[in-house]
Amino acid sequence: MTASLDLVDFDDVVARFDPVLGIEVHVELSTRTKMFCGCPTGFGAEPNTQVCPVCLGLPGALPVVNRAAVEAAMRIGLALNCSIAPWGRFARKNYFYPDMPKNFQTSQYDEPIAVDGFLDLTLDDGEVVRIGIERAHMEEDTGKSLHVGGADGRIHGADHSLLDYNRAGVPLIEIVTKMIPDTGARAPEVARAYVTALRDLIKSLDVSDVRMDQGSMRADVNLSLSPSGSGVLGTRTETKNVNSLRSVERAVRHEMSRQAGVLDAGGEIVQETRHFDESTGHTRAGRRKETSEDYRYFPEPDLVPIAPSAEWVEELRGTLPELPWERRRRIQDDWGISDEEIRDLVNAGALELVEATVAAGAPSGEARSWWVSYLAQQANTRSVELADLAITPAQVARVIALIAEGELTNKLARQVVDGVLDGEGEPDEVVASRGLKVVSDEGALVAAVDAALAEQPDVAEKIRGGKVQAAGAIVGAVMKATKGQADAKRVRELIIERVGA
Amino acid sequence: MSDLTRLTAAELASKIHSREVSAVEAAQAHLDRIDAVDGTVHAFLHVGAESALASAALVDERIAAGEAPESPLAGVPLALKDVFTTTDMPTTCGSKILEGWQPPYDATVTERLRAAGITILGKTNMDEFAMGSSTEHSAYGVTRNPWDTTRVPGGSGGGSAASLAAFEAPLAIGTDTGGSIRQPAAFTGTVGVKPTYGGVSRYGLVACASSLDQAGPCARTVLDAALLHEVIGGHDPRDSTSIDRPVPDVVAAAKEGADGDLSGLKVGVVRELGGEGYQPGVRASYDAALRRLEKLGAELVEVSCPHFEYGMAAYYLILPSEVSSNLARFDAMRYGLRAAEGKSAEEVMANTREQGFGPEVKRRIMLGTYALSSGYYDAYYGQAQKVRTLISRDFASAFAQADVLVSPTTPTSAFPIGDKIDDPLAMYLNDLATIPTNLAGVAGMSVPSGLSDGLPTGLQVMAPALGEAVMYRVGAAFEAARDADEGGPLIARVPEVTA
Amino acid sequence: MTADSAASPGGVITRDEVAHLARLARLAVTDEELDVFAGQLDVIIGSVARVGEVAADDIPPTSHAVPLENVFRPDEPRPGLDQEQALAGAPAAEQGRFRVPRILGEEQ
Repeated sequence: MTASLDLVDFDDVVARFDPVLGIEVHVELSTRTKMFCGCPTGFGAEPNTQVCPVCLGLPGALPVVNRAAVEAAMRIGLALNCSIAPWGRFARKNYFYPDMPKNFQTSQYDEPIAVDGFLDLTLDDGEVVRIGIERAHMEEDTGKSLHVGGADGRIHGADHSLLDYNRAGVPLIEIVTKMIPDTGARAPEVARAYVTALRDLIKSLDVSDVRMDQGSMRADVNLSLSPSGSGVLGTRTETKNVNSLRSVERAVRHEMSRQAGVLDAGGEIVQETRHFDESTGHTRAGRRKETSEDYRYFPEPDLVPIAPSAEWVEELRGTLPELPWERRRRIQDDWGISDEEIRDLVNAGALELVEATVAAGAPSGEARSWWVSYLAQQANTRSVELADLAITPAQVARVIALIAEGELTNKLARQVVDGVLDGEGEPDEVVASRGLKVVSDEGALVAAVDAALAEQPDVAEKIRGGKVQAAGAIVGAVMKATKGQADAKRVRELIIERVGA
Repeated sequence: MSDLTRLTAAELASKIHSREVSAVEAAQAHLDRIDAVDGTVHAFLHVGAESALASAALVDERIAAGEAPESPLAGVPLALKDVFTTTDMPTTCGSKILEGWQPPYDATVTERLRAAGITILGKTNMDEFAMGSSTEHSAYGVTRNPWDTTRVPGGSGGGSAASLAAFEAPLAIGTDTGGSIRQPAAFTGTVGVKPTYGGVSRYGLVACASSLDQAGPCARTVLDAALLHEVIGGHDPRDSTSIDRPVPDVVAAAKEGADGDLSGLKVGVVRELGGEGYQPGVRASYDAALRRLEKLGAELVEVSCPHFEYGMAAYYLILPSEVSSNLARFDAMRYGLRAAEGKSAEEVMANTREQGFGPEVKRRIMLGTYALSSGYYDAYYGQAQKVRTLISRDFASAFAQADVLVSPTTPTSAFPIGDKIDDPLAMYLNDLATIPTNLAGVAGMSVPSGLSDGLPTGLQVMAPALGEAVMYRVGAAFEAARDADEGGPLIARVPEVTA
Repeated sequence: MTADSAASPGGVITRDEVAHLARLARLAVTDEELDVFAGQLDVIIGSVARVGEVAADDIPPTSHAVPLENVFRPDEPRPGLDQEQALAGAPAAEQGRFRVPRILGEEQ
């Protein structure tokens, strides 16, 4: 297949072909226990320590469905505007693979729990695209294999493999879109926007970490090209291993160019599984199977049907949080900010933080300003995520309040924030321990002003003569004398007062 | 001490609980008996003498301390089919592929037996993964029928049934997927019960066909079977198909039945079972059984179950389909046999499965793989599931006319070893009368009914789901009447096993 | 209904099909077995095909013998096996993991 690396320029592809997308996303649920047994699901445990007879597929062991996983699946379905199936069974998908202990995967096949929904995406320019959702169904994850003796732990050339079943049986929800036609040149962007929106949605439901880098969210991208306007569906490929939002976009873009290259050369697209290579941005064909896939699905006899009552479905619908896009719209209206401003907040990872700061009593303008400027800088210099800074929204709100009360100047406030970030305690404690309070003792301030005027009689004379702007030098001297803890505005007023007296 | 092995479980339990004999003595007597005869019978694949005696000693201690025994069967020895996981003994399912496998967990049935203070003597022989009707498909050699050691004891639970008939144990546990408890019971002159599907936990029962498998009690009397049924039955949250209802009061029903009055009860005689294709001696014994039920006051009504004749065909599609999937896990990666040959995981899997499975298991795996294949699913598996519905409907209409249904348990009595081993279809016919209950999930039992040319025959009594009480009542009444008429239990007539 | 496994004229299953089934089922059957199984499976399939005679379209299929629904487990951790117990039956183990021969296939 290496010979077919004649990529067609992207603009040329969309001029002559219509891409058709389909995206399958697997989400690992963050339930406490696995899909069919009581083993814990946390990351990072020693190998084969989160296993039991059920998830190791030991002879005689039987599965029992995790109620929380079913509820998470239904909530995802409801958030995606799907119908919840009133009755459905699990099936067995039979194929042999060493990371799968039973050599069948227990998965919903033709009776998924959620069907026929949609998700509306807003693209960067404000265009709204509706993505049809075919189904969301429950299944279980496989174990992890480590390939030993080959290059880079890759499967090819390995001498043997080592298997860890801690992930085997972790609940997965697979969300499958309907065919997504008519996206043209925006196909890569739409694919990325869909996966992004789905990630945000599932995060808001609090049912998964949805970390693509850790594999708790994985996307497979189906793509085919049909000659523009022909309406004839092309053969599709399925690209797996797409492990970041950026990769989703790149994989679609590359696969469009590659398929067009194959078609231009008079070739045929092979219906196959391809793998995305992060380093090259290319997709490569998987090993061709010697026998055609035949999963021999049949209803899982060890599990009984799931028949959610209407009451149960409605109860779950009632637990749906405000969905991410609804929330953004509301916040935008409340705060009176532009599309661009809210997008910046989202991109900076600051939306939740600002919202929490506002909830703690701060005006939205100040709260936004603190998080996107000074705190963002601090996060940058300290090399941490904004959300991981050692300051809480409540603490930021307190600092803002101190400024409003005239207790702190902006400059002092930044020092207070530094103190909090350095672990010196609550803002009020930092104010006290660093002695950062604005000098509001009029007597002391008047004395300092008088002393400064006495030291610079020429300047005092100029001010007296009407050159008010000359007061800056005196303000500076007073601030120096008070170690910056005076309110500059009040100092200026006092200077005029004292000179004129 | 040898007469301890001739007692019923109920009698033995009463002697142990009254401290007339100790549980250790009872265990030792049966271990000695196993030593003496199992070289010939080969009912056991593994005997756990040490753990048996230790468990019996605990029961004795408790009774000596004046505490109540763990259960009505505390201290009574039992033979466990080698298809249940046990942490202190290997579990092989009669297969090379699991040779020496020591499970890290106990089956629910195993746990309940232990909690009841029952002494587990060892693990009994079976057709590999419970597929077969003769134990000839065990990878560890055939079990011989104590009535005639040139004949099979039935299967798959031939080891459990033979251990009872050879007085190696008064109680045994079997599993019944299409007749594997009832057919061996009929062949050995013992009692075997297939409870309602979901009545006894399948957790730790190594699956043959998940939607058909059911564990059940085996004994020499109906009352003993009932006592054991109450120990192992009941809801288990680890088995999703387990019924969350109390176990039917089968002990009381068995005691009531033993009084011998069935008046007011309707017994349905299934027209499609017991006629053509049944051995003359089996039919004669069945006819006598029907007369005896009438004499007990039961009203016989003929019922028709027209779809039973398709039961075997449906069964031999559903079972292999589930088998092909259930047995996929035996792949040499995590436990069990691993073939030395093979350059890759895939090759080692295929070689291990080729070497580790016997011909009958391979045959059924391939049959099931075929039945589930795309393009064939609707014609085979899908149709078989519909037949299953029709058979359930047949039962529903029959049970609307009768409290229980009866038939011969098997078409023939025990056949000679080697007779049917090369003819799978002929072997499959053994389960003609027992398969419908598994397909419909209803209850069935086999009670000794008589002899055909010196070999035992069984009467099958079938009851609706969770209708075990009436089934035990009929079984016990029949047993009492037969024993009274014939001057003692049939099992007393089993010849002494010679080495 | 007695089986004659030697003859299967006009049979429903071929030797090649049996070989395909054996591959799907990961059974490295011998050539000799292929012949035996082809004959036997042909007879058995010919016999069980009777299920097609009765069941009409309006008959719902039964997958579970007892009609239970909605059996769940609370999302509460339960003790499982430790690493030593998990690996106790393994044909080979290394670094706390099951050691298996090199895997040729692609992940699904």
